[in-house]
Amino acid sequence: MESFSLILAIVVVTALAFDFTNGFHDTANAMATTISTGALKPKVAVAMSAVLNLVGAFLSVEVANTISKGLVDETGIRPEVIFAALVGAILWNLLTWLVGLPSSSSHALMGGLIGATIASAGTGAVHGDVLVTKVLLPAVAAPIVAGVAAMLATRLSYTLGRKADGKAAAKGYRTGQIASAGLVSLAHGTNDAQKTMGIITLALVAGGAVAPDSDPPTWVILSAGLAIALGTYIGGWRIIRTMGKGLTELEPQQGFSAQTSAATAILASSHLGFSLSTTHVVSGSVMGAGLGRKGGVVRWSTATRMFVAWGLTLPAAALVGALAESVTGLGDWGTGVVAVFLIASSAAIWKISRREVVDASNVNEHEEPAGVVTTAIAVVAPPPAGQLVDDLTATIASPAPEPVAPAAPPAAAV
Amino acid sequence: MKIDWAALGSVFGVSLVVTVGLVALFTLGVMGLSRQERATAQGGSAGLAVTGAYACFAACAAAVAYGISLIVA
Repeated sequence: MESFSLILAIVVVTALAFDFTNGFHDTANAMATTISTGALKPKVAVAMSAVLNLVGAFLSVEVANTISKGLVDETGIRPEVIFAALVGAILWNLLTWLVGLPSSSSHALMGGLIGATIASAGTGAVHGDVLVTKVLLPAVAAPIVAGVAAMLATRLSYTLGRKADGKAAAKGYRTGQIASAGLVSLAHGTNDAQKTMGIITLALVAGGAVAPDSDPPTWVILSAGLAIALGTYIGGWRIIRTMGKGLTELEPQQGFSAQTSAATAILASSHLGFSLSTTHVVSGSVMGAGLGRKGGVVRWSTATRMFVAWGLTLPAAALVGALAESVTGLGDWGTGVVAVFLIASSAAIWKISRREVVDASNVNEHEEPAGVVTTAIAVVAPPPAGQLVDDLTATIASPAPEPVAPAAPPAAAV
Repeated sequence: MKIDWAALGSVFGVSLVVTVGLVALFTLGVMGLSRQERATAQGGSAGLAVTGAYACFAACAAAVAYGISLIVA
């Protein structure tokens, strides 16, 4: 451990921060439908998910051992490159959280790694075909696979279960949904917590603190598991709201079908050798469940914004990663500049998020339609809405639609 | 560039079949329980429906257990 340098410590801390944002970002995957259908109270849901994530983190180290091998050449990777990659991934995760869009944390991480590697070692060090087969194609396939399954399952459950009503049915769907959400959480813990373990281990190897080809040390497993569990428990409520209420309105049967399809697709994909992003799978299954119910609607405007965010995830994280890497390349002070920049932007994003707080208390109030209605009322009938508007924008004379703007996220343009 | 269509196809097939199967089983179970609920409300009983319901739930529980074993493995 004598070579445990400052940069290595920075990388480890940043990796844990990424792990935190990862848990925070992906709580929605396991728990959004459970929360929106009322199967579990919001706080209970995130607590359960956090515990299962933590448990999942200890179950195996397979994923951790494979994360670094394949996408980029690990020879000649310096800790600074990993640091730059993490900066890109964290910032993208926070930005998408701010606008409440589910996007893949793994894609953000890969994007950051790719960008930083290109900036450091040139385009040759990135395996382009791996990029297409492991990143682009799965992103298109995942929502289709999970969506079709969820749609058919929903349709079937409504046809079959026409006679299923009353307390017993409600209780049944509730239990089923909790069970499948638990499976998703557990799978998430084994996958995503281990990605961070893999990254930290890669950094330790690159920095010479542990021997190449060694398993993650115990303190790495423990801290990564705790970071992701903590992030999960804090809960990315904005994303939960989009996933649970923003894409479509879910009834308990739909929630159950969506969650079952998601759990099945995630497990099938990770064990049949075609890995799909959890986020993409869950989003797809939620939309499929929305389409499967007669009279169910999918809000395609929200879905489109989400697809755009998916498309941007990799290049955006790559760009930030590349920029961060070129700055760290200037020397130790460059690394310091990037660290300060990361902290400052995270703080800024958090600050902006406080303008419109989303937490356990209002996670199930979907504001988008309300926002539209409010805007319409404000435009059509200024007098009744005037008071509120005047209060909020005291110095602005015209009833500007500013106060309602955050409800229909304008930052969706990203 | 080699795209593993076979793996993608099997993920698609397995997801579809397992999801639809599980949801169908579970819905049958829920149906059984609500039939019993109705029967009890009317003073009768529905032994067969309940047995069937628990058989369905047991199959679902087995699937969940298999899922956990896949995660742990």
